[in-house]
Amino acid sequence: MKALILVGGYGTRLRPLTLSVPKPLVEFCNKPILLHQVEALVKAGVDHVILAVSYMSDLLEKEMKAQEQILGIKISLSHEKEPLGTAGPLALARELLTDNSDPFFVLNSDVICDFPFEEMVKFHQHHGKQGTIVVTKVEEPSKYGVVVYEGESGRIHRFVEKPQVFVSSKINAGMYIFSPSVLHRIQLRPTSIEKEIFPIMAQEGHLYAMELQGFWMDIGQPKDFLTGMCMYLQCERQRSPERLRTGPGFLGNVLVDPTARIGQNCTLGPNVTIGAGVVLEDGVRIKRCTVLKGARVRSHSWLESCIIGWSCSVGQWVRMENVTVLGEDVIVNDELYLNGASVLPHKSIGESVPEPRIIM
Amino acid sequence: GTRFRPLSFEVPKPLFPVAGVPMLQHHIEACAKDIDVDFANHILQDLFVFHDCLFANECQVILTTCLLYLQEYSALSTAGGVYHFRDQILSGGPEAFFIMNADVCSEFPLLEMLEFQKEHGNTHVILGTTANRKQSMNYGCIVENQDTNEVLHYVEKPSTFVSDIINCGIYLFTPEIFQHIGLVFQKNQQDLLLEEQMNGWQRAEVIRLEQDIFTALAGRGKLYVYKTDRFWSQIKSAGSAIYASRLYLNQYHKTHPERLANNEEGRPTIRGNVYIHPTANIDPTAVLGPNVSIGTGVTIGAGVRVRESIILHGATLQDHSCVLNSIVGWDSTIGKWARVEGTPSDPNPNDPYAKIDSETLFRDGKLTPSITILGCNVNIPSEVIILNAIVLPHKDLNRGFKNQIIL
Repeated sequence: MKALILVGGYGTRLRPLTLSVPKPLVEFCNKPILLHQVEALVKAGVDHVILAVSYMSDLLEKEMKAQEQILGIKISLSHEKEPLGTAGPLALARELLTDNSDPFFVLNSDVICDFPFEEMVKFHQHHGKQGTIVVTKVEEPSKYGVVVYEGESGRIHRFVEKPQVFVSSKINAGMYIFSPSVLHRIQLRPTSIEKEIFPIMAQEGHLYAMELQGFWMDIGQPKDFLTGMCMYLQCERQRSPERLRTGPGFLGNVLVDPTARIGQNCTLGPNVTIGAGVVLEDGVRIKRCTVLKGARVRSHSWLESCIIGWSCSVGQWVRMENVTVLGEDVIVNDELYLNGASVLPHKSIGESVPEPRIIM
Repeated sequence: GTRFRPLSFEVPKPLFPVAGVPMLQHHIEACAKDIDVDFANHILQDLFVFHDCLFANECQVILTTCLLYLQEYSALSTAGGVYHFRDQILSGGPEAFFIMNADVCSEFPLLEMLEFQKEHGNTHVILGTTANRKQSMNYGCIVENQDTNEVLHYVEKPSTFVSDIINCGIYLFTPEIFQHIGLVFQKNQQDLLLEEQMNGWQRAEVIRLEQDIFTALAGRGKLYVYKTDRFWSQIKSAGSAIYASRLYLNQYHKTHPERLANNEEGRPTIRGNVYIHPTANIDPTAVLGPNVSIGTGVTIGAGVRVRESIILHGATLQDHSCVLNSIVGWDSTIGKWARVEGTPSDPNPNDPYAKIDSETLFRDGKLTPSITILGCNVNIPSEVIILNAIVLPHKDLNRGFKNQIIL
């Protein structure tokens, strides 16, 4: 089976991290975002993954070639030279997707959940129509596109984009499975799958909704990245609790790479991810943060709801909170206070940032 | 001392510890050091009742000088009180006497002022220093004859620029000053008789040295100014107490080196000038300074950082906490990993004549960022941030606060 992952462009919403590394390769809970999806796809029987990119990155190409070997599957890159919207990339990859009659997956690359790929195949084959959309329940549906469907069969009636009044709490989770015949509907030009393709398919009775169980998050921006991390770690607690660190100094769900070094009298968690080679000195307190590879946090500092970029150095007695994001190789001097600061790579911070702002 | 709240709720401003000892003690130590037999009597004038007498006794024992404590029965302003107690001041027949404001921080060049007075024919002397043009209008301004050092003109807090030489609030008078004050007193009495009794608060005895005496004495060959360029600052607000602490701590290298903490094995790391009371209990992994004063019985836990702050008696700073540009009140507690931080209001270091700003509390409807002050017995929970806040005494906080006064 095949899968098309809509990777897209520059990943601007996840800056400053994506100024150094293409978004699919940013580590989410110590594994590149893309790999979470790809590994789950492989487990469900996919042997060919196509990445639809609008910005070609050498780093991404190199990494994907390596993964081909590791996972034993084929990974292609489909590069759109001009923007094709959310449906156009399927047309671009038409040849690859239609070489047999198996259904294929289409995923939005920012989505994290307990991937239901096997169930999707079963569900899709059961109704036998052209398309299946995974839907998920959210608290604030009017921020998204809402899906109205029949509870029993899952047959979709219509979509409502950002409804003003409550229509339904189910939204499009960004994961689809299609029969190859769908490609007759899509041409090679900028096309929105939600606005142009889906409504017609729904009218013709060819679109069905499958409800996702468990957590779901679009981790395309730092705030949601951290929320998604909390959900994922909680899921790990159920699935594979042995991966999480426990004991004195660890509260709640904490994921620590084996090569990380933690000092005395630290308290980590709940909801902390510590990457490879990270050094935490004595007396550090971290809550609800991701610390990426090679970073160092010096003694007595206090971090909450932050993303610390690769190779950063955070000084002593520093306080950082409120979705502060440090890009790659940022140095924060001792005794500073950062509140909601978004710091671009290779920057040295010598002054506190008491109110949220961007530091270029 | 309402500008010194909430600290002045517990202790009258003159007794607030600056560089580890009560504000007033610096004045008394300067007198005891410089002055010998002629000035065995030190007179404290005050409005308050509480600890003052105790303080006076304490100082007496330490300094083996004679301290007389006189209490004003009502607010008589700067000269009125002095005039009221003229008999006590003149008992023993001194040739001259010093009058000093308690809320100034200075190197007290008293011997130099005495010399200057002798050289200038035993007139009255006022200590002056240079301020920058803009700030000078916040003080008493002195126009000086550069050759003779005579005070030609004096204006208290003018609204337009008069002079960049300002009044330091430290004076050296001869007994003859009482004649001038007496004249003003009589004039006030006559004015009151003439006026209808409209304002019941008006008293003849309310005489202001600055407005009533100096302005009259200026230009008549009676008042001279001794200019100093050594350190001087007013202590009007709590923020200026930290700045004054820095000045005095620096002076300790010369005057009281035993009051400065050193780096030693098994003791906390000391940076710059730090005063630690012997009864304080401090973990060796703490890092203190520059410009830190630690009071009696203070407990400081592991990995604590204190900088540019005053920690008052009995306070507890728990592990990994960080205190910057703040005053932590008596018996307060700061929880683990908490951050208590203020904004310094120091004078511009590039301007040698800049003085500390007596900032207004609010500007444009917002609280001006300033030194964080925790009143007595305030409890700060773990892991929160208290930034640019003033917390009134006996308050238990349950979260962080920024840019607020917490009642």
